[in-house]
Amino acid sequence: MSANSAFNDEKGGSSSVGEPEYGHDPASGGIFSSDYKRHDDLKEMLDSNKDSLKLEAMKRIVAMIARGKNTSDLFPAVVKNVACKNIEVKKLVYVYLVRYAEEQQDLALLSISTFQRGLKDPNQLIRASALRVLSSIRVTIIVPIMMLAIKEAASDMSPYVRKTAAHAIPKLYSLDPEQKDQLIEVIEKLLADKTTLVAGSVVMAFEEVCPERIDLIHKNYRKLCNLLIDVEEWGQVVIINMLTRYARTQFLNPNMNESLLEEGSDKTFYGSDEDEEEEEEEEEEKDKKAEAPAMAKRKPYVMDPDHRLLLRNTKPLLQSRNAAVVMAVAQLYFHLAPKAEVGVIAKALVRLLRSHSEVQYVVLQNVATMSIKRRGMFEPYLKSFYIRSTDPTQIKVLKLEVLTNLANETNISTILREFQTYIKSMDKDFVAATIQAIGRCATNIGEVRDTCLNGLVQLLSNRDELVVAESVVVIKKLLQMQPEKHSDIIKHMAKLTDNIQVPMARASILWLIGEYCEHVPKIAPDVLRKMAKSFTNEEDIVKLQIINLAAKLYLTNSKQTKLLTQYVLNLAKYDQNYDIRDRARFIRQLIVPTEKSGALSKYAKKLFLALKPAPVLESPFKDRDHFQLGSLSHLLNAKAGGYQELPDWPEAAPDPSVRNVEVPEWTKCSSREKRKEKKVEKPFYSDSEGESGPTESADSESDSASSSESGSGIEESGSGSESEESEEGSESEEEEEEEKEKDKKKKKKELKKPVQESESEQSSEEERKHERKSKQRKSESESESDEEEESESESSQSESEDSESEAEVKKKKKAAESKPSSKPVKKDNKKEKKEMSLLDLDDFEPAPSPQATPVNAFLSNSLATDLEGLSLSDAVLSPATISPSSALKSYEMLHRITGEGLSVEYCFSRQPFSPDANMVAVQMQFTNNATSDTKNLHMEDVKLQSGMRVKEFPEIELLPAGEMVTAVMGIDFCDSTQAANFQLCTHTRKFFVSIQPPVGELMRPIFLTENEFKKEQEKLLLGQLMGMNEITEKLTLDVKCRNEHSIVQRVTTAANLSRVPCGSDKECSPPVPPPDHPVHRFAGRTVTSSSLVLVTVATKEEGAAKLTINCEKMVIGTMLVKDILLALTQ
Amino acid sequence: MIHSLFLINHSGDIFLEKHWKSVISRSVCDYFFEAKEKAVDPENVPPVLQTPHHYLITIYRDKLFFLSVIQTEVPPLFVIEFLHRVADTIQDYFGDCSESVIKDNVVTVYELLEEMLDNGFPLATESNVLKEMIRPPTILRSVVNTLTGGSNVGDTLPTGQLSNIPWRRAGVKYTNNEAYFDVIEEIDAILDKSGTTVFAEIQGVIEACVRLSGMPDLTLSFMNPRLFDDVSFHPCVRFKRWESERILSFIPPDGNFTLMNYHVSSQNLVAIPVYVKQSISFFEMGPCGRLDITIGPKQTMGKTVEALMVTIHMPKAVLSANLTPTQGNYTYDLATKVLVWDIGKLNPQKLPNLRGSLSLQAGAPKPEDNPSLNIDLKIQQLAISGTPCMVALTVERIFS
Repeated sequence: MSANSAFNDEKGGSSSVGEPEYGHDPASGGIFSSDYKRHDDLKEMLDSNKDSLKLEAMKRIVAMIARGKNTSDLFPAVVKNVACKNIEVKKLVYVYLVRYAEEQQDLALLSISTFQRGLKDPNQLIRASALRVLSSIRVTIIVPIMMLAIKEAASDMSPYVRKTAAHAIPKLYSLDPEQKDQLIEVIEKLLADKTTLVAGSVVMAFEEVCPERIDLIHKNYRKLCNLLIDVEEWGQVVIINMLTRYARTQFLNPNMNESLLEEGSDKTFYGSDEDEEEEEEEEEEKDKKAEAPAMAKRKPYVMDPDHRLLLRNTKPLLQSRNAAVVMAVAQLYFHLAPKAEVGVIAKALVRLLRSHSEVQYVVLQNVATMSIKRRGMFEPYLKSFYIRSTDPTQIKVLKLEVLTNLANETNISTILREFQTYIKSMDKDFVAATIQAIGRCATNIGEVRDTCLNGLVQLLSNRDELVVAESVVVIKKLLQMQPEKHSDIIKHMAKLTDNIQVPMARASILWLIGEYCEHVPKIAPDVLRKMAKSFTNEEDIVKLQIINLAAKLYLTNSKQTKLLTQYVLNLAKYDQNYDIRDRARFIRQLIVPTEKSGALSKYAKKLFLALKPAPVLESPFKDRDHFQLGSLSHLLNAKAGGYQELPDWPEAAPDPSVRNVEVPEWTKCSSREKRKEKKVEKPFYSDSEGESGPTESADSESDSASSSESGSGIEESGSGSESEESEEGSESEEEEEEEKEKDKKKKKKELKKPVQESESEQSSEEERKHERKSKQRKSESESESDEEEESESESSQSESEDSESEAEVKKKKKAAESKPSSKPVKKDNKKEKKEMSLLDLDDFEPAPSPQATPVNAFLSNSLATDLEGLSLSDAVLSPATISPSSALKSYEMLHRITGEGLSVEYCFSRQPFSPDANMVAVQMQFTNNATSDTKNLHMEDVKLQSGMRVKEFPEIELLPAGEMVTAVMGIDFCDSTQAANFQLCTHTRKFFVSIQPPVGELMRPIFLTENEFKKEQEKLLLGQLMGMNEITEKLTLDVKCRNEHSIVQRVTTAANLSRVPCGSDKECSPPVPPPDHPVHRFAGRTVTSSSLVLVTVATKEEGAAKLTINCEKMVIGTMLVKDILLALTQ
Repeated sequence: MIHSLFLINHSGDIFLEKHWKSVISRSVCDYFFEAKEKAVDPENVPPVLQTPHHYLITIYRDKLFFLSVIQTEVPPLFVIEFLHRVADTIQDYFGDCSESVIKDNVVTVYELLEEMLDNGFPLATESNVLKEMIRPPTILRSVVNTLTGGSNVGDTLPTGQLSNIPWRRAGVKYTNNEAYFDVIEEIDAILDKSGTTVFAEIQGVIEACVRLSGMPDLTLSFMNPRLFDDVSFHPCVRFKRWESERILSFIPPDGNFTLMNYHVSSQNLVAIPVYVKQSISFFEMGPCGRLDITIGPKQTMGKTVEALMVTIHMPKAVLSANLTPTQGNYTYDLATKVLVWDIGKLNPQKLPNLRGSLSLQAGAPKPEDNPSLNIDLKIQQLAISGTPCMVALTVERIFS
């Protein structure tokens, strides 16, 4: 408003100049001339030569637009300034244009040439903004120009311009849907773009223009999965939602095998694990190339590696700060993940409950839906859903919903206690919702039905009428389930009719009395009498129930109530409401037999007093999960415009090979030169690909900031040629390579052997049970180390070996490509193996940076991920395979023979055991190989050495046949390697088992810097028993274990220690060659007594090394020395 | 995606509108006003409303409604999160997100909105990127601009837009390189009448202020990362590194930002720093009641409790309160029935006490239950969880 008055003040001076202006304006009819006068000064300012005046004018105009004032009459004056040099004026003119161009199409055309010029500008920002405005002005005539501009921009050098092009696609589509086909071509092109910047925007365009063209995604699927983590937050949401739908059409339901489990139990017929493995090994070798149809039969479901890739790459995003991203991942897991894995999302969703109330509102709706299907998932977080007095009512009601869904026999008492507090709340809507919730708990959980009913009856004497009314309604529903027991409650309620005024409650009471009039034969007629008296003053629903009551009483007790009934029916006959009149007429015909009334009246009693099924109190969120979670449609429980149905899983998986992408040549290059090339390219690669996580992008940031345009350009062309070559290669060279491979194999038989073993072991593992993750991990880690050994020996030799490993890679790729659809398991193996060989490639690089472990791990990680994007992916967590801490070794606790089908393995998960920090977490994996279910798995009769403590795992109620379940228990070993003995009980049997920890598991890693490490070491040495705290051993390192990576790997596998970064204070940007004889340090503390454990491995010439262990606990020290020695020398 | 945005003040005036596609008449907001009327309390307005042709998604922040109009399916959280980001950005630019501030800077806000969304899809939401495109107003700059004719709008593409780390701009230079980290922990607890803890959890936030030149790469490790039950990060943190090594490794944005949020599991018992003795009673006879509240320290680990404040939502029947505090002062809002007792520092020698009488509406029934008390307090220099002491911060590279 203030601006307006200002205009008026200035008007006096400018009106004379402005007067002739609106004569020119074709639109000015003179009617609005006062408006024109008001804007005269603005026109004048816009026409002036001074930028500052123009700017001032534009600012005022934009302020008016923002307030919703109409300034369309200024269009001609404003559009003239579209070519203004001042960037801010220009921007504001753009804003104006976009707002009004639709209304003034002809005049808007004047500006087009400026934008067309802008599209050719060397400055990418100007190119982009010209395209942005051009595509935003909704003028149909320029559609061809827009189309051209978009096509051009889609192949622009600058990714930012390409991004803008992606944004322009839906704009053009909404303006002219006829352009769809051409636009799809552009989308296809942009989908192939490798930059993270474009990915989100183009998927958004895809979703708006052609969500049905799922075939466009195939080739880009893996790339999108791998890029995902580096895409900006908003793009992540769109991509994840799209991929959820994609996965539903392309992969099989991971939970499908629940019904096909019987086949899994075959295994018990095999003699033992080893036998089976051997057998399968043989099988593997025999028909490595031929398909094994028998195997396919035995293994009902194996997750597609691409499916796994998606799940794995989205998981870290649960840690995002953006609630929308977290929700997107959560819904992806809910819709796509195997049951056992869905649980991970619960924690993240509970975290979102601490966000803004709007976020809570949406998240709780989704949690409510999820909690119906997967109750167990949220049970541990029950208390997070407790209601706070400060919550808004809508949040309270949703939390109640979730609490009700989570209620079961074990937690109902706590929940009911909580509900009792809620009933006293001052928020009456909330109290009403609580009473309903109690009613639902009572119907669902039989044990507490009586308690709930009593509680509700007590509420009947509450002073607040709303509370009473709500209780009556709920009690009515509960009583319907077992009326005979509760006639006293019905009597009590009959008394209430005198006081209670809420219509719904009155109606409920009347219905109850009518329905169970035989339980209260004396009171019922009296109630009817009272009601008949007040009939005319009642609400409609009450009147209907009075008629009902009268009819029922007439049928059961006509002697007492005949007159009353007639009176009521007569009253109803002249009621204002037609429903009531109808009802009265209908009932009269039915119950009062006349000569006209037909056969029906004979059945009147049956009709009225039929046994009515008890109402099922259901959650309003039941069955909402047919909508994609997190969507607007789900929230509204109605299909919103543009909602894409979540397809059902396909019966049989479509051909997975459609997702195969040609592998760029560098993975196959066979000479050192080429490898070097690869290294040079790398920064660009990782920057534009973004597959390697921010680590590398950060490394390359400095380059990319300055030269990103040219860089990405080069990258693009480079990869194009690469893929071409590789395509040729992969097809024509197949045969050749295979032969070569075989030759090599003969030559290097001894070296190959471990690989094969591990591989086949892996595959048999896969076959038996895909979900057996921990075990899988174990075998992976084994195979990994084997691989490593092999590769190192190779690397230390010569070029020829080199090419061999190359060939290996090729072979694997080829093998995987040649038979992808038929044998997904095999693919897995190949993939893993490939990953390993890449790891070795990594080891060739002679320059580990000072902070060696992490960097190394990262390089290899990134390499591995790079590859996954390009070729086949696997079912392994790549960081997990490489990071030493997760190389878990599992031990057998109960063999399945002795366990009669139940086998138990345990491993030390090296995770903190949260209930007690002094305990070592032991993760156990129960597998039921038997044909029948195992019930009530629990621990009993724990026998421990003094001081040791055990935190038992929660009882596993049911382990269906063929299923596998994991549980975690905590044991405080008191820093000793004494075994913990206990009995493992099922519902039928007891087994004596024991857990004995290797000494390396009795500690937890701590982070020390090098200096701290040295200080602590000195302190230990100067302690009371000088020298007793140090144990030194000389050793000769195993041949395969002379590089840094493998030393670290082996030590950390043997003991739960963390690496002390050496020289972390040094600058490390250019990888410095490591010192000739590096010293590796590791630190940890024992779990129980927290005494320091310091390990030093000092390498010397020729693989000689000195191992020093400093620890106050001498026993631990000596045992640890042995273990590490063994690990390093074997 | 997002079609239009309306900013509405507390009393229901639309004071800013922005359309990213065709213009939608502001009459669409009438559905919202209707719902607002019905909800009484602004917090109870449903965030998502369905109208015949549009969907309205609203957030309520700083006494303002940010109402967005949607036409097709879109994840509601996407919009909600974006609207909050808009509010955050306004706050970041002008120090406050209120009606008057927005009205004073309406052009800048409009330009910001233009940059943040393109065709309803977020384009640039990182404050570092935005600040390079549209510089926040400062007194000095506005003086310089009026003299030289310079502008607040950048003419080159912000460096962040192109890189994989959009949160940081290139070419940052400081003479003093410094980084500060604030660890803020909150205990969130529900106690029952007798003072036993029903539910308690600790949430923490690490706020960082990093002023380092060039492209620093920081690593931060924790004494005892295993205590973290759940974490969420700024996008700059490398997830994988955290997963494998429990180390925070990141290239920080320039200036202030929230590095991470964490949650410490409530299995370890949380020590509540104060105790409360309360008795609120309403007499059966006569329209009055008594109130007596004392607060004392429980487990403060030798630190002083500050900014202590008690808020009580009184039953509707309570007309007025006549109380005497031994420390601090109290206010009773007649309209909202909220009693606020602002105590300030807790003195362990002389425990603060508030007592007196409440007068009830004549004739109204006695309130059945006692109201709940909300107690807020602050303790400086104390990490309740005992965990998040950072032990090592390494700066790997600074190019300058």
